[in-house]
Amino acid sequence: MTKKLKIVVLAKQVPDTRNVGKNAMKEDGTVNRAALPAIFNPEDMNALEQALRLKDRHPGSVVLLLTMGPARAAEIIREGYYRGADGGVLLTDRKFAGADTLATSYALAMALKKMHPDIIIAGRQAIDGDTAQVGPQVAEKLNLPQVTYAEEIVGFEKNKLVVKRRLERGVESVRTPLPAVITVHATAPECRPRNAKQLMRFKHARTLTEEQDNEHNSYLPVISPESLRIPEWGVADVGGEESHYGLSGSPTKVKKIENIVFQAKESKRLTSSFEEIDMLMTELISSHTIG
Amino acid sequence: MDNIIIYIETEGGKISDVSLELLTKGRTLAGELSCKLEALIIGSSVEQHTQELFNYGAETIYLAQDKRLEHYLTLPYSAITIDLFKKERPQIALFGATSVGRDLAPRVSSALVSGLTADCTSLEIGNHKEAKSGKEYQNLLYQIRPAFGGNIIATIINPDCRPQMATVREGVMKKEPLATPVKGVVKVIETKEIIKTEDFVVEIIERHIEERKIDIKGSPIIIAGGFGVGSKENFNLLYELASVLGAEVGASRAAVDAGFAEGARQIGQTGITVRPKLYIAAGISGQIQHTAGMDQSAMIISINSDPNAPIHQIADYAIIGDMNEIIPRMIKSYKLNSK
Ligand SMILES: Cc1cc2nc3c(=O)[nH]c(=O)nc-3n(C[C@H](O)[C@H](O)[C@H](O)COP(=O)(O)OP(=O)(O)OC[C@H]3O[C@@H](n4cnc5c(N)ncnc54)[C@H](O)[C@@H]3O)c2cc1C
Ligand SMILES: Cc1cc2nc3c(=O)[nH]c(=O)nc-3n(C[C@H](O)[C@H](O)[C@H](O)COP(=O)(O)OP(=O)(O)OC[C@H]3O[C@@H](n4cnc5c(N)ncnc54)[C@H](O)[C@@H]3O)c2cc1C
Repeated sequence: MTKKLKIVVLAKQVPDTRNVGKNAMKEDGTVNRAALPAIFNPEDMNALEQALRLKDRHPGSVVLLLTMGPARAAEIIREGYYRGADGGVLLTDRKFAGADTLATSYALAMALKKMHPDIIIAGRQAIDGDTAQVGPQVAEKLNLPQVTYAEEIVGFEKNKLVVKRRLERGVESVRTPLPAVITVHATAPECRPRNAKQLMRFKHARTLTEEQDNEHNSYLPVISPESLRIPEWGVADVGGEESHYGLSGSPTKVKKIENIVFQAKESKRLTSSFEEIDMLMTELISSHTIG
Repeated sequence: MDNIIIYIETEGGKISDVSLELLTKGRTLAGELSCKLEALIIGSSVEQHTQELFNYGAETIYLAQDKRLEHYLTLPYSAITIDLFKKERPQIALFGATSVGRDLAPRVSSALVSGLTADCTSLEIGNHKEAKSGKEYQNLLYQIRPAFGGNIIATIINPDCRPQMATVREGVMKKEPLATPVKGVVKVIETKEIIKTEDFVVEIIERHIEERKIDIKGSPIIIAGGFGVGSKENFNLLYELASVLGAEVGASRAAVDAGFAEGARQIGQTGITVRPKLYIAAGISGQIQHTAGMDQSAMIISINSDPNAPIHQIADYAIIGDMNEIIPRMIKSYKLNSK
């Protein structure tokens, strides 16, 4: 069956919180968040691969990325190009700032309404906010079915999409009509590497903001052709209620943030007695290293 | 109105532990707030569970029973939950942070335009004063959760929207039945009036138990075993500790070569490189080819009977002794202290 699909992958730029080594640590033993590199959220890479595999099987399909974030998140769209996507949109506006998952999903849903995808593929969870809520909330806002924890998009059967899900104690295969929102789990195959040709072709893809920045700052301005322009959308482009965006559209508030302190720089020696082990475990629990 | 509703999950004909943990916690919260503790249970034959829910303190049980609801399906389950929350207007609604809870709760919160806090490890009642407006709030639910890959602990509140919704991680709260069960009531939900045929557009075509794939790189805690663990059977101790801590099991090459663990678990120069928050090395001598793959871990605990083993040099905590004694003590201590 040759079905041409329009697939939108939701991808977020995140600080790399997974592998916080000793060099991303401050003197006081807390994590220096600013020292963490900004990366393509890992499970969104798995999501992109699933989209590209669908495109491989359905020639003529289009894979687009949608990311919400500051100007530098345009990097997400370029990374998508390098790996075989056909383009993308950067959703960026001061009015989106301070969004919790509800306000984030509202903004993404408003943009998706303009894009008319057949399939929306997200990562299961972002490694900074760590909530796994945005996928299902986007689905609800668009009144679409959702299939979470996907490990593999298997293919079409009776005009519906078969998806294999990875759950705590096993796997489940489901059949969903389209359009639908699918969230992809880390156990799905890794994303293919960058393609050298795509890299050469798309490394000058820019948003208008980056272009203007470039004209002012760079001694060697590279003007990218119109075809390499990454579109930027704000509230004015996607419409909707202003009060649903950003901080004002966010019912949850962060009351307090406590940094985890990683103690004990010099090595402490312990015997195997229950008392000493118990003291160590209590310390690990109270410093939130475990539990 | 203004009560606490716990979403009750069942698995293989049993109520999930996390739901009973939430009921236990819910009793304390309901006591502090002077409101009722209620439960919502959905399934194809869930009547059998009502007594157990009374044992855990549910004063009202909302029961949605329908043969089409044998397995969890997002759309009909969320339709029932949304309908109930609209009618009953709970002040707090809690779900397990399981694959079901984390599929259902966000959908419900979006439909009700009410905030949701993910994967909490602690819940408390407290007050809040809004810095800007000076507005004061009494008796809010403090939803306490790790975020940022476990590097920070955030306290989240939901001042203006109801219900205050949260998913809570399994195993972090105590589960305790009452000495005398409450005499509660069962309220049957008429599912036919709520769910529509369109809610069944997604069909389950197959379910089966399958071993999870190994994902060591993504794990914030790694328990690694070496040749000193001694046997494949002894490795089970490491799996046991890993399961209570929510960790993954890694191995040295000598342990992999001896057949104690799968090759996919090997850490080091010819294995994978990891940088978790906590690395526990048991029965590993600490040769450079091994430490090259783990010495950037934020915290290292070594367990080795040889006081001169090189692994102790790079550890933050070096435990000198037999891992066969030490690991069970760690498990015991964790269980005693974590609740
Ligand atoms: C410490 C801390 C705790 C927080 N706790 C909560 C909380 O409990 N509840 C809450 O509602 N909010 C919370 N937030 C806010 C939340 O992190 C943001 O709303 C964030 O924009 C989206 O949530 P997430 O990172 O958890 O994404 P997830 O829901 O984990 O993301 C799932 C998927 O959605 C897609 N996606 C998510 N964000 C974007 C984006 N910007 N652009 C494109 N695709 C995207 C990706 O495919 C991603 O893999 C918290 C933030 C912080 C810093
Ligand atoms: C090219 C090359 C590449 C290699 N790549 C890797 C690699 O990727 N990863 C890797 O791990 N190795 C690698 N090695 C092998 C490495 O050199 C070591 O041989 C290996 O790491 C040793 O494993 P071990 O520490 O488990 O075993 P051993 O060195 O035999 O140490 C066992 C330890 O257990 C302790 N012990 C015994 N009984 C107990 C007990 N009951 N309780 C507590 N402690 C106990 C002993 O005191 C001892 O220190 C490589 C080697 C080469 C040459």
